[in-house]
Amino acid sequence: MSLQIREISKYYGSNLVLDAVSLDFKPGEFIALLGPSGSGKTTLLRTIAGLQFAEGGSLLFDGEDITGLDARKRRFGMVFQNYALFEHMTVADNVAFGLKVRDRKSRPSSGEIAKRVENLLEMAQISHLADRYPGQLSGGQRQRVALTRALAIEPRLLLLDEPFSALDARVRKDLRASLRSLQRQVGVGAILVTHDQEEAFELADRIAVMADGRIEQFDTPANLLKNPSSPFVAEFLEGSEAYNHSGAGI
Amino acid sequence: MTVSTSRPAITNPKVLALFRKQARKRALLIAIAITFALIVMALPVIAIFTRAFAEGLAIYWSNIIMPETLHAIWLTVLTALIVLPINLAFGIAASWAIVHYRFPGRRALQTIIELPFSISPIVAGLCYLLIYGSMGLVGSWLDGFDIQLMFNLTGIVLVSLFVTCPFVARELIPLMEIAGQDQEEAALTLGATGWQTFLHVTLPKIKWALLYGAILANARVIGEFGAVSVVSGNIRGETMTLPLQVQLLYDDYNATGAFAAATVLTVIAVITLVLRSAIEARHPHGH
Amino acid sequence: MPGFSLTLGTCLLFVCLIILLPLSGLFWQMSQLGLADYFSIITSDRTLAAFRVTITAAAFATIFNAVFGLLLAYVLVRYSFPGKRLLDALVDLPFALPTAVAGIALVALYDKNGWVGVLLEAANLKVAYTWWGIALAMMFTSVPFGVRTVQPVLESLQPDTEEAARTLGARDWQVFRHIVFPQVWPSFITGASLAFARSLGEFGAVIFIAGNMPFKTEIASLLIMIRLEEYDYPAASAIAGTILLIALAVLVAANIAQARATRHLHKGSA
Repeated sequence: MSLQIREISKYYGSNLVLDAVSLDFKPGEFIALLGPSGSGKTTLLRTIAGLQFAEGGSLLFDGEDITGLDARKRRFGMVFQNYALFEHMTVADNVAFGLKVRDRKSRPSSGEIAKRVENLLEMAQISHLADRYPGQLSGGQRQRVALTRALAIEPRLLLLDEPFSALDARVRKDLRASLRSLQRQVGVGAILVTHDQEEAFELADRIAVMADGRIEQFDTPANLLKNPSSPFVAEFLEGSEAYNHSGAGI
Repeated sequence: MTVSTSRPAITNPKVLALFRKQARKRALLIAIAITFALIVMALPVIAIFTRAFAEGLAIYWSNIIMPETLHAIWLTVLTALIVLPINLAFGIAASWAIVHYRFPGRRALQTIIELPFSISPIVAGLCYLLIYGSMGLVGSWLDGFDIQLMFNLTGIVLVSLFVTCPFVARELIPLMEIAGQDQEEAALTLGATGWQTFLHVTLPKIKWALLYGAILANARVIGEFGAVSVVSGNIRGETMTLPLQVQLLYDDYNATGAFAAATVLTVIAVITLVLRSAIEARHPHGH
Repeated sequence: MPGFSLTLGTCLLFVCLIILLPLSGLFWQMSQLGLADYFSIITSDRTLAAFRVTITAAAFATIFNAVFGLLLAYVLVRYSFPGKRLLDALVDLPFALPTAVAGIALVALYDKNGWVGVLLEAANLKVAYTWWGIALAMMFTSVPFGVRTVQPVLESLQPDTEEAARTLGARDWQVFRHIVFPQVWPSFITGASLAFARSLGEFGAVIFIAGNMPFKTEIASLLIMIRLEEYDYPAASAIAGTILLIALAVLVAANIAQARATRHLHKGSA
């Protein structure tokens, strides 16, 4: 299952925020879109999700043109920056939502849904939270619920919009590791939007460094550090080199 | 730092098809909403004017300047002129007391002030007859002094005060609570008296909310029918406010006259709405 | 802060004379009445018929307005279109327009010579001077409650939960049904209960179009008025007190329901 982004251009009013962006993802790959705020990374992610539509270019998924496909038909699980949990539903109901709204034909029976939700919660180690409401959870727990909810629809791709930005540093470390292991376990490709280099280097197989609506460089973390393609990339990644050499890598 | 160019149109046919689908849904919902609003709300207003002018401008005018109708207009205006100042004074006093002090029964007081909104006008009128009428508890006592409160202007004023008492306070209380009392305290430490503080510090802050509440209260005073109808005594040419006059003319089979009188009330209602949305647009205070 | 005794004193004097004393009059009059007398008034055929007409018409108007009010609020909050500000202002018309004016306007439209009445007549339907006319008048006067209570809540909703629901595969109506509606539900109940309380007591707008036939199209407020004109104060008070209690009970019940519905929300959410 691979995604191809072909020359996507997106405007806000008369401002060009994505300038003919092209990227190819391999199946199962964990990609980070890394860049300063305003570089267009969240816009690109929302365009991939089908929450926004670009003026130019196309999106191909496994060869199928999904540029004009409704968000609900893409089956891309998304974790939002503030998690966007359904506050009026329990954790279990949040996770079950994507299964319950399926068409009658493809909807599992209610018993099956309950079973699957139970398994998912167990896998994410939050079974004990099943009957809680989001208002009763900590930030880290909320994030896990959001991730589990996105995984429940057996997504073809996982989209993560700054999923760690609302957490404190200690929780962040913990959750990164468990995110990566969950993603591997499910075997789904993931795209992570972040402005945090440490996060991108720890999690991603390849990193797309973005600036001003363009991809500055798209490569593995090691190659980015070794051969930065532009002074911007070199400068932007300066802090990460020290981090990588300290041996705290993946 | 983004490049500024002219924005091209979306050309992808599948995206356009999706947009068209969404646009159709949106258009359908908007159409239903507008149709509903036109039939239920706009059409009656149009009907009033059509019927009022159905027999020509001359007849319309003669209906308006009928002595009874003119007297009803005068009585309605007089009522509003008496009720509004009392209402404003009460609204300000109540808000000041509720916002600035903590005292037992404060919550209860707030609930009681809102109570008239949930009481049917006829029930309100009845309550007044039972207490202030000549057979009522207070009324029979006042009767001994030859004072009659019901079936005259006093009665109309009293029930109007009842039905409109929440309007001003409910606008002021939330506003004054948000604004806090720092500025008032500052003024007091600078040597201002309580009155000076109110006039120069508080009043400028609350004047729009005050006006807003006053406009709504005014509309209600002028238009009140049920409660006034109970206590006015319905004395022709004497205690008929304009809404009562509308009913009287209508029941007298002078429908055109009734609709003519109704246009006066409708114009006031429309002015109320225009002022209301003008204030809202300028000083949104998020209800 | 100065002025405590002045403002609180003014306020209490006003509240006692204008609100509490008159209300106590109603309960004093009701207490003069024995329980047996009260029940014989309340359960007389004519009173029961008036209650039935009033409550059923108010319920119909409330349900209709709750649904259309929500739709109207949704359209006003989510979409922009020419005439939107006008539509928004129009919503408050029933509050601003005197009820008696609304009453004769509705008759002018719906009686057999009116613009709508002619069409209804052709379709063999009758609204004016029937139960439907009563419901229609109640609907008109309570439209703003349905819209204005829900509107600010819709405005405050974060778009991301709806987007999340869409990425999880929900259709537009499922997003509305499962995500939007539960969040506006508490204000929806409030609006409906206010509309119902208002409809129960509505008088001016209803009497012109009601027909006012005892047992058929006579509302409770009119029956109170008739008893008053007969100087039968006890009967008027019994009916009025009952209507008042029903209205207050509905408002209290709505408050409780609202508190229950919101108990999971805003509880230490991040």
